[in-house]
Amino acid sequence: MAEASSGRGTRARRPLSPHIQIYKWPPAMLMSILHRITGGALYVGTILLALWLISAATGPENFDYVSSWFATIPGKLILFGYTWALIHHMLGGLRHFLWDTGRGYDLKLIDQLSWGTLVASIAITLLIWIGVGFGGA
Amino acid sequence: MSMRTPLKKVRYLGSAKEGADHFWKQRVTAVANVFLGIFLVWLIVSLVGADHASVKARLANPLIALAILALVISGTIHMRMGMQTIIEDYVHGEGAKIVLLMLNTFFAAFIALTCVYAVLKLSFGA
Ligand code: HEM
Repeated sequence: MAEASSGRGTRARRPLSPHIQIYKWPPAMLMSILHRITGGALYVGTILLALWLISAATGPENFDYVSSWFATIPGKLILFGYTWALIHHMLGGLRHFLWDTGRGYDLKLIDQLSWGTLVASIAITLLIWIGVGFGGA
Repeated sequence: MSMRTPLKKVRYLGSAKEGADHFWKQRVTAVANVFLGIFLVWLIVSLVGADHASVKARLANPLIALAILALVISGTIHMRMGMQTIIEDYVHGEGAKIVLLMLNTFFAAFIALTCVYAVLKLSFGA
């Protein structure tokens, strides 16, 4: 490795500043991104709610047709994801409310709340789906 | 020392002339969404596997219908403002931004109107 040299002699080889790709994400950064991604997913997923309501409003044939799609494996996976997105985004929103009051900025607490929301959202989502027997096999 | 004129300070509206309006509406709808979101999960969980007649009867219940309407209104206002923030963050071309902001409004309005229409039909339709 060549020493970088300037007119003033040999420079110490200090590490270059790391690029974003090798930057260790603080949990709060991951949660911030997840809040945005889940918000976007919920946005698109409102189509499912609209479909469900419209099918119920337009008679049994349409309702059964839409329900049969929701009952497929991909359909259930999407609904499972939607449940998680809703719960995770909701818990993230509660964290925002805390911050809005000017509290909760202690770095250690932020880390705990970040992991806490992730673990809680997965746990609650699983509980809901266990509660309905995963929509019947 | 602040460079703001006294009138500017009193109005406190900032450069977008909206003050904290966007932020505040986002929070009010978010608080409503917590309750309405829990309601939605409960509603759907309680209707898993139900046939059309029972779903229809449940959705036509006045309290349920009102709660769904509230959810749809609060949710679509909230998601429209949230997506507006996302678009403003990532899209910098003036033309593309205006088009996307417009599409965002159309989508939110479309979802809102479709859902409201369905709920009203379930409540009042034959
Ligand atoms: C369930 C209760 C909900 C709560 C407590 C909540 C809370 C919040 C909060 C506080 C923000 C602002 C975040 C910020 O200022 O950076 C936000 C953003 C957002 N929300 Fe919600 N929300 C909820 C439900 C929903 C639903 C149902 C949707 C979509 C249908 C949605 C879509 C969005 C979007 C797209 C954003 C923008 C995300 C961003 O800017 O990164 N939210 N939410």
